[in-house]
Amino acid sequence: MKLRLLSLFKFAYLSLYLIIMIFPLYWIVITSLKPQKDIFSFPLKYWPDTITMDNFVNIFKISKFHIYIGNSFLIAITAALVVLVIAILSAYVLARFSFRGHRQIMLAFFATQMLPGFIALAPLYLMMSNMHLLNSRMSLILMYTVGLIPFSTIMLRGFFQRIPGSLEEAAMIDGCSRWSALVRIIIPVMLPGIASTFIFAFVQNWNELFLAVMFIDNDALKTLPVAMNSFIMKFDVDWGAMSAGAVLSIIPTILIFAFAQRFIVEGLTQGAEKG
Amino acid sequence: MKNQRLFILSGLLPALLLVLVFTYYPFFKGIMMAFQEYKLFDLRNVHYIGLDNFKAAFKDPKFLMALKNSGYWVFCSLILQFMFGLILALLMKKQFRGRGIYQGFAFYSWALSGFLIGMIWKWMFNSQIGVINDLLLKFGIIHERIGFLSDPKWAMVSNIVANVWYGVAFFAIMLLAALQSVPSELYEAAEMDGATGWRKLMNVTLPYIMPTIIATTLLRAIWIFNDPAIIYGLTNGGPAGSTHILSSLMLDKIIYGGDYGAASAIGIIMMVILLLYTIFFLAVTKAEKVGDF
Repeated sequence: MKLRLLSLFKFAYLSLYLIIMIFPLYWIVITSLKPQKDIFSFPLKYWPDTITMDNFVNIFKISKFHIYIGNSFLIAITAALVVLVIAILSAYVLARFSFRGHRQIMLAFFATQMLPGFIALAPLYLMMSNMHLLNSRMSLILMYTVGLIPFSTIMLRGFFQRIPGSLEEAAMIDGCSRWSALVRIIIPVMLPGIASTFIFAFVQNWNELFLAVMFIDNDALKTLPVAMNSFIMKFDVDWGAMSAGAVLSIIPTILIFAFAQRFIVEGLTQGAEKG
Repeated sequence: MKNQRLFILSGLLPALLLVLVFTYYPFFKGIMMAFQEYKLFDLRNVHYIGLDNFKAAFKDPKFLMALKNSGYWVFCSLILQFMFGLILALLMKKQFRGRGIYQGFAFYSWALSGFLIGMIWKWMFNSQIGVINDLLLKFGIIHERIGFLSDPKWAMVSNIVANVWYGVAFFAIMLLAALQSVPSELYEAAEMDGATGWRKLMNVTLPYIMPTIIATTLLRAIWIFNDPAIIYGLTNGGPAGSTHILSSLMLDKIIYGGDYGAASAIGIIMMVILLLYTIFFLAVTKAEKVGDF
């Protein structure tokens, strides 16, 4: 009897939670597919009579949406790749060697996760201005890379620590240098961890808004979040277009997440536990 | 040996250099700005003014409101996210059919940006055509529409609802991973002593995952405190500044006011609060080790 009650509770809780999680996504997708007049009609339509792609066509007409999508992909992927290279090196060193300053470096990386980042926003703006990088994709690639180095290092370090050091030592006895042992032996074993770090970095970059708002003014260089942000200011009432934009900006991260969610979860928890 | 030192150096140098130049340097520069009159539109008039930015902050009702809101925002969001997340993790611990698919749908909010989440909830909370008002009316829970975003009484609650929706997944993920690492021998031993469901939870499960609980609540509170994205997307501090937290007010001062001095002063106050919180938290939980986390 007690067991039945428990499994009933379990079923109810899990179902209710799932409905609450899915509903906002459903609602924004449905809104994006409704004709303009149905979006604001009473009573609300939970299931549209007619489905239209007009809102999607419209956002490409009223704005350079394909350019924003391109910018977002370019910046997010480039920064994620660069951060991988840099973080693999630092994570490997921090996982395998002990040396003076080791603890301090780890601490410095951890601390970046806790600082209120906006304190640095204004000086960064001035630095970018001095380096003539305002209104360039380069500024965002640089900033996203830097921003992700500490977390990616911590995460990858967790993965390196799971691989026994004897693996590359054997290769080095056979005459490999440390570099080639790292590239040829360790990195292939680490691929799941590297994939999860890359995906995590990509999603973070794809979603970043505030640095992009500060640094990018030029319409042709905007990323998706910045475009959506200026959308809100310009077309506050056009919820058809806005929901279409939201759906388009959500799709890549959801696809990636559905595909690689196991890796991400493992990466997050590994990095945290072994830190 | 010399080779090894070279390897260590060249492996760390890019990461260290970039973080020092583009994180720590601007960060300390920002701290200096808190003691300066520093407005983006009046850069010729930059000069040190001592504690004036701090004094101005504590005289500003908007700031005091944001200070109060920050506490409310962190406390409610954290408790609710943790509670719902822990229950979810406990229920998902045992394998059931379709758990993988369930996990995908249950956790996807984690992949969205806070700004977009705020925007989507803004659409749902709308007082005229919002679906939440419509559903509440349909089920007879309310009898007239609520101005979730225009009524200061409700606006902060609305932000917290969106934030809880967003953050449950984080706790569920972390706690689920911790739960799955509890060695089964511990349960077997407890069962031999005659422990049943509830007792096993209190005496075996929770103590074992306590380090994860402490670390996740500590870190998550800091992130919730620091991240204004949902508020920016949902109410952007409105109506009339009633839903600003410290970080969103700080962002507001930068983006709309260009007042870097005032913003940095708020940032320093935030840091002091975070520091006190961390010290207090670690003292209470006696978890000095979490510092290594």
